[in-house]
Amino acid sequence: MSVDTETVRRVAHLARIAVAEGELENLRGELNAILAFVEHLAEVDIAGVEPMTSVTPMALKTREDKVTDGGIADAIIANAPAHEHHFFLVPKVVE
Amino acid sequence: MIDLISLTLAQARDALRKKDFSATELVEAYLAALEKARALNAFVLEAPEHARAMARVSDDRLAKGEGGPLEGVPLGIKDLFCTEGVRTTACSHILDNFVPSYESTVTANLWRDGAVLLGKTNADEFAMGSSNETSYYGPVLSPWRRRGSTTKLVPGGSSGGSATAVAARLSAGAIGTDTGGSIRQPAAFCGIVGLKPTYGRCSRWGIVAFASSLDQAGPFGRTVRDCAILLRSMAGHDPKDTTCADLPVPNYEAAIGRSVKGMRIGIPKEYRMPGMAAEIEALWRRGADWLKDAGAELVEISLPMTKYALPAYYIVAPAEASSNLARYDGVRYGLRTAGRDIIEMYEQTRAAGFGKEVRRRIMIGTYVLSAGYYDAYYLRAQKVRTLIKRDFETAFAAGVDAILTPTTPSAAFALGEKSRADPIEMYLNDVFTVTVNMAGLPAISVPAGLDSQGLPLGLQLIGRPFAEETLFALGAAIEQAAGSFAPEKWW
Repeated sequence: MSVDTETVRRVAHLARIAVAEGELENLRGELNAILAFVEHLAEVDIAGVEPMTSVTPMALKTREDKVTDGGIADAIIANAPAHEHHFFLVPKVVE
Repeated sequence: MIDLISLTLAQARDALRKKDFSATELVEAYLAALEKARALNAFVLEAPEHARAMARVSDDRLAKGEGGPLEGVPLGIKDLFCTEGVRTTACSHILDNFVPSYESTVTANLWRDGAVLLGKTNADEFAMGSSNETSYYGPVLSPWRRRGSTTKLVPGGSSGGSATAVAARLSAGAIGTDTGGSIRQPAAFCGIVGLKPTYGRCSRWGIVAFASSLDQAGPFGRTVRDCAILLRSMAGHDPKDTTCADLPVPNYEAAIGRSVKGMRIGIPKEYRMPGMAAEIEALWRRGADWLKDAGAELVEISLPMTKYALPAYYIVAPAEASSNLARYDGVRYGLRTAGRDIIEMYEQTRAAGFGKEVRRRIMIGTYVLSAGYYDAYYLRAQKVRTLIKRDFETAFAAGVDAILTPTTPSAAFALGEKSRADPIEMYLNDVFTVTVNMAGLPAISVPAGLDSQGLPLGLQLIGRPFAEETLFALGAAIEQAAGSFAPEKWW
């Protein structure tokens, strides 16, 4: 499978990365080189094989359902580019 | 007066305990070395005040005889580990001024045991790279050069700064992360020892995530013993990472010098790649002979899925990365670039903040996870991954204790030599290391010799899950036969 320019544009939007028109063609070439490389996997007989979900055998652990952290609003917003009254600020979303 | 920075981590630790010199003196010696080595660009942040304060605390503890296992030992920490109050960027523009309000579990364990933070080491952006050339802070230069040449070489990546720091004697030890070879490949390029532990041996909490099912923290040392000492402090159960194994941590150092007599070492025939450099093949044969001389038994094994490991990796790792890196949106931390609305703000922020390689991988990951392609790419890759792991399980079930391979297909290359070519050429660097991450196994790279141009080459030993002790014992046997290697100081 290979991608066309329109697909590159769509994937960039899905990934929320602005890509300049002039870069699309280059990016298309790079992505297609990688896709051609991973194409080799089509040769492998995977009939009846379970997909890996955990690389080491381990039972999923659960923890006690209780609050273990909190009251650290100052620390949470400390690195925010814009904040006010312990809220993160973003451009207007609703008109 | 002995040259303090020439001591191995183990030697420095022992001398500090005997009060031959103070932690402060040791830290000052390293800070001075760091200052003179800025041309290597191994550190993205030097933390002299922090280091001095920690050394003073260590000196107090040592004076009272209360020193921990790493008391007063100065370390370089890859800039992927969150360090409380100390800038952490993953070497990306998008995390420019991020100062964590918390400490990663692995580094917290190191400080608990008395280690001293010298600074944050350079790496490929978000650990995506094999040459340390994708860092927003510029490439790291290898302390090694070809004999009679001044060509700048790469230290390998992604943990290139950590490897350079240890090889150039800028820190007693260092830690890095390994998602596809990011500890072992730079260790091999820099002539030092590097270990990727079993998935789950070290907590991933507080490490900037790249590919969560593959990432693992590990040590760099000038000797196998140094790595064993560091791993003991780094490893251990952490309730904050549910994939972190709840298993006791052995005294790894005790494995150094342990007999390897009777161990069965697998030599995988699929690693003999067409066009493989004769020097690499000779090195591999020599390594096998050393282990045989030490009493191990060599057996040829087959890992038929080997050639599919890299293609499967370049689906799984970007897929996980695209999901992990979705958090960089210009809202909660890091860079923000203005836009007309919130979507444009996200898109402009991420366009400005991510470098080319990171963008490429996010896009591939987004594509293989997108509607209609998930089964063809991601699901298939995860099935192939099951088969890759099965290859190793079959070998281990047949009585193989460890597997010996070259670490890399070549010695270090020149700056710019591969980064300008197509991305696949760079990816091929990890052909011998990536299978290990796909199978979650532990593996160590040990320096085994110099090539005809005077550059270091490494051998890799792959072990059973949680059999790091076996790797330390075998690694020490190779080290004893091969000797150790240090670059000539030119910086």
